[in-house]
Amino acid sequence: MKTFKVNGESVEVDAEGSTPLLWVLREQLGLTGTKFGCGIAQCGACTVHVDGNPVRACAYPLSAVGEASEITTIEGLSEAGDHPVQLAWAELDVPQCGYCQPGMIMATAALLAKNPDADDADIDQQITNICRCGTFQRVREGIHLAKRKMA
Amino acid sequence: MTNSATITRRQFIVGASAAGIGLSLGVLPRGASAAAGPDEVNAWVRIATDDTVTIRIARSEMGQGTLTGLAQLVAEELECDWNRVTWEFPTPGQNLARERVWKDFSTGGSNGLRGSQQYVREGGAAARIMLIGAAAEAWGVSASECSARDSVITHGPSGRTTTFGKVAVAAARQPVPQNVTLKDPSTWHTAGKPKMRLDTQDKLTGKLVYGADLRFDGMLLASIMDCPVKGGKLVSFDADAIKDMPGVKKVLAVKTSVGTGLGTDGVAVVADTWWRAHSALKALPIEWDFGPNANFSDADVTRLLESGLDADEAFRGNWAGDMDAAFASAEQMVESVYKCPSQSHAPMEPMNATALVTADKCEVWCPTQNGESALAAAAEASGLPIEKCDVHKTLLGGGFGRRGAPDYVHQVVAIAKAFPGTPIKLQWSREEDQKHGFYHPTTMAKLRGSLDADGKLTGLHMRISGQSILAALIPQALVNGADLATFQGVVKPGLSPSMDQHQISYDFPNLLVDHAMRNPPIRPGFWRGVNVNQNAIYLESFMDELAHAAGRDPLEFRLAHMEKNPKGAAVLKAVAERSGWGSEDGKARGLATMYAFGSYVAACAEVRVVDGKLKIDRIVAATDCGTAVNPQQIQAQVEGSFVYGLSAMLYGEITYKDGQVQQDNFHTYPSMRIAEMPLVEAIVMPSGGFFGGVGEPTIAVAAPAVLNALFAATGKRIRSIPLKDADLTA
Repeated sequence: MKTFKVNGESVEVDAEGSTPLLWVLREQLGLTGTKFGCGIAQCGACTVHVDGNPVRACAYPLSAVGEASEITTIEGLSEAGDHPVQLAWAELDVPQCGYCQPGMIMATAALLAKNPDADDADIDQQITNICRCGTFQRVREGIHLAKRKMA
Repeated sequence: MTNSATITRRQFIVGASAAGIGLSLGVLPRGASAAAGPDEVNAWVRIATDDTVTIRIARSEMGQGTLTGLAQLVAEELECDWNRVTWEFPTPGQNLARERVWKDFSTGGSNGLRGSQQYVREGGAAARIMLIGAAAEAWGVSASECSARDSVITHGPSGRTTTFGKVAVAAARQPVPQNVTLKDPSTWHTAGKPKMRLDTQDKLTGKLVYGADLRFDGMLLASIMDCPVKGGKLVSFDADAIKDMPGVKKVLAVKTSVGTGLGTDGVAVVADTWWRAHSALKALPIEWDFGPNANFSDADVTRLLESGLDADEAFRGNWAGDMDAAFASAEQMVESVYKCPSQSHAPMEPMNATALVTADKCEVWCPTQNGESALAAAAEASGLPIEKCDVHKTLLGGGFGRRGAPDYVHQVVAIAKAFPGTPIKLQWSREEDQKHGFYHPTTMAKLRGSLDADGKLTGLHMRISGQSILAALIPQALVNGADLATFQGVVKPGLSPSMDQHQISYDFPNLLVDHAMRNPPIRPGFWRGVNVNQNAIYLESFMDELAHAAGRDPLEFRLAHMEKNPKGAAVLKAVAERSGWGSEDGKARGLATMYAFGSYVAACAEVRVVDGKLKIDRIVAATDCGTAVNPQQIQAQVEGSFVYGLSAMLYGEITYKDGQVQQDNFHTYPSMRIAEMPLVEAIVMPSGGFFGGVGEPTIAVAAPAVLNALFAATGKRIRSIPLKDADLTA
C-alpha cells in the first residue's frame, strides 16, 4: 500500500512497484484522462505533473513515486476546465481527435509555469508530444495565446 | 472495481444502470443511445421540452470534424438555435432494426459530408416542416403563413410565436413531407460558417471517454499477441508459467477470420488490470509456426516490385493517343523510377474494443470507422444472430483508415465468449498496433516522358508496379482482375463512376498509365489518402523533372496541360501567387496539384537545407471542395494533412526481416513533432455547385511539393521515400 497525493487529495494504492504511474492513474484510480499512447515515453500522451515537473507517466514506475509526491493530472489541472491553456485551446478549437491533447495541455502548462515567456525555440525544444492528426500549428498559436492570458 | 486499490478520493464509478444489460457501468461514452422516444421528430432530430436539439450522427468522428459538419447541415435546414445543439450516435443495431433509416455508417474516403449531405439536409428540412405544421395546427392557421428561425416558430400575420420544444411531440405525429426543397448554400447561416466543433470541451479536460477509457464494473482486461509473421500460426503456450503472476485470470488462444485469408492467430492474457495482463503476456512462453513467410524480407518486396516495372502484362487505368509513336519521334526522353514503402497508420489510440457476451446477446463498445462492419464482426465472432448484437461507438483517438477494419472486434468477442456475462476490454499495445496493421500499399513506378524540340511534353508512360488493396481485402471489387483504385489521382475520366472523383488533372495528347499487380505477403489497407498519395509523388515529381529537362517553368509546364481543368488550374495559380512563385527572392519552392476525393488541391512548399538537414519553412495550400461546410475545420484538416503526409515522407516506413515488421513503436516509426512543423497557409476557395472531400486530398500534395522544392534547393531529385536516410548535402 502506498500513499501519495493526486490532484490535491491523498490516495492509497496497492499495486506492484513496477506498475507505471500511467496505469495506476488509469486503472487503480480511474483517472482515464491521462492517455496510453506508446508505453515507451515517446509520444507524451501520458504527460502528468509530478511535483510540478512534466513526466511521461507510462515510463514512471509507481516505486519512483515518493510518499510526499504531488501528482497533477488533466482532471486536476483546473476546477472548471478554465486553466489559461485550456481556455486558449478552446478559443482556437485546437483538438482534432483529441487523444493526445491532455498530454499536450499538461506539457504546455508545465512549460509556461516555469517559463511564462517561452518563445518558439523553447516550444520546439520542450513540446515534443506526438499528434498524428497534426494540430501543431494551432498548438503553437494556443501556447502563445495562453501566455497572453497568463500575463 | 475488481482490483485491490482503495480510492480515498471522490468515487469515479457512477453506478448508473445500463438499460438492457443489467450491469453497473463505469465510465461510458456520451451519445450512446438513440432509441425512438416521444421527443423524436424524425430519425435525425430529437427536441426536448427545454429546446435542446439532439442531432443524430451516423458517421464516425475521428478528429476530421464530420460530426460538427453534419450537425451544421441538419441545423441549417431545421432552422434551430445552434447554441442548443447536441448530438448522439444511433447504433448500427438500431439502424438495422429501423430499416437503415440512417443509411451508411462507413466513414472513409473523405465521404462523411459529401456522401450524406443530401439526405441529412432533407432530414433537417422535413423536421422543420413538421414542427411548423404542428404549430400551425395548434393555432388553426395555415403552415404557409409560418416560419422558423433559431428554434422559434412565428405566425407572420399575427406575430404569435412558439418554440420547437413546445411542439416537438405533436410534430412527430405530422405527416412526413415527401418532397422538400433544400436551401441554396448562398443563404446558409449555420452551415458554411466557421463554427467551433461540438466535441472540443471534453477533449480539454480529460472527460471525453475514448474506447481505451471505457470502464465497467466487473470488467476484465485483455492484452493480445498475434503471430508476429503473417500467415503463421500459434502452436502452443505454457499458461502454467504465468498463472501465479498477479491478477491473471486466463490465457487463451484467439483465432479469428477477417476478410480474405487475413485472419489473426494468437494468444491473449486476461487479468484484473491491463498492465497485469500485458506484463503476463510478455512473460508467457509461446511457440509459433511462422509458416511460409518466415524468411520474408524487404529485399523480396523490392525484387517483386521491380519485376513489374517492365512486365508485358499490366492493367490499363488511363490512355490517350499513341504513346509509342510520340516516343519514337521524341527529341528528348526522360525516364525515372520511384518507390514508396509500406506505412503504418499509427493513430494515437492503439486498437481496442470492449465486449459483453451472454448466451443470447453480444454487445461491443469500440472506436470504429464503420459501425456496421463492426456489428457484422460481432455477429460472426459471437455466432449469434445479428439482431442479438449491437455496437456502441465511441469517438476515435485517430483512425486514418485503420479503424475501418474490424479485426480487433473479432478478437474481443472471441475472448469475451470465454467469459459469459463479464465485460472484457481488449487493449492492444503500441507494438501490437504497429506489427499488425493494414499498411499503406507499397509500390514502385517507372515513368517515361517524351519532349519535342520546343520542350513540349508529347508522350507519357506511367507504369505502376505493386500492391493492390482490393485484391487483398475486397476481391469482389476487382474489375476483370484489375484494381481500378490503384489509379486514384491519375485515372481516365469516365473509366468507372466511382473513380471519376480521382481523375487525372492533366490533358496529355499521348498517354498510358498502367499497373502490374505485384502482391507481397503484407496486409495492405486504406491509409488516409489511399493510392492518391504515391501516384501524386510519382506524377508530380516527374512533371517537375520533365519541366526542368525541357527548360520550362514547372508552373507554366503544368498549366499547359490544364486548359480543360480550370478549377485545378485555379488552385495551382492561387498557391503560386500567394507563395511568391517566380519571384527572385532566392527561396527554393516546389509545386504539386491533384484532383482527388472530388476536390481540387494544390500546394507550394518553401524549403532550405541547412547542414544537410531539410527545413520546411512554409507551405501554401489551396482547396476547392466546391461547398465549404465549416471553413475553419477545413483549414484544420489542411494543416493536419501536412503533418500526416510529411511524416510519411520524412519517416514513414514499415520494413520486414524474417517475416516480421521492424518498426514496433514511435522510436523506430517516428512522426513529425512541433519543431518540424512548417507554417501552413490554407486557402479555402470553394467554387460552388458540388461537395468535394476534405480529410484526404491534401495529403497527396504534401510530399511532392516538398520534394520538388528540395530539388530547387539542392539539385537533388529524391525518388524514394522516406527521406530519413537520404544525403541532402547539395
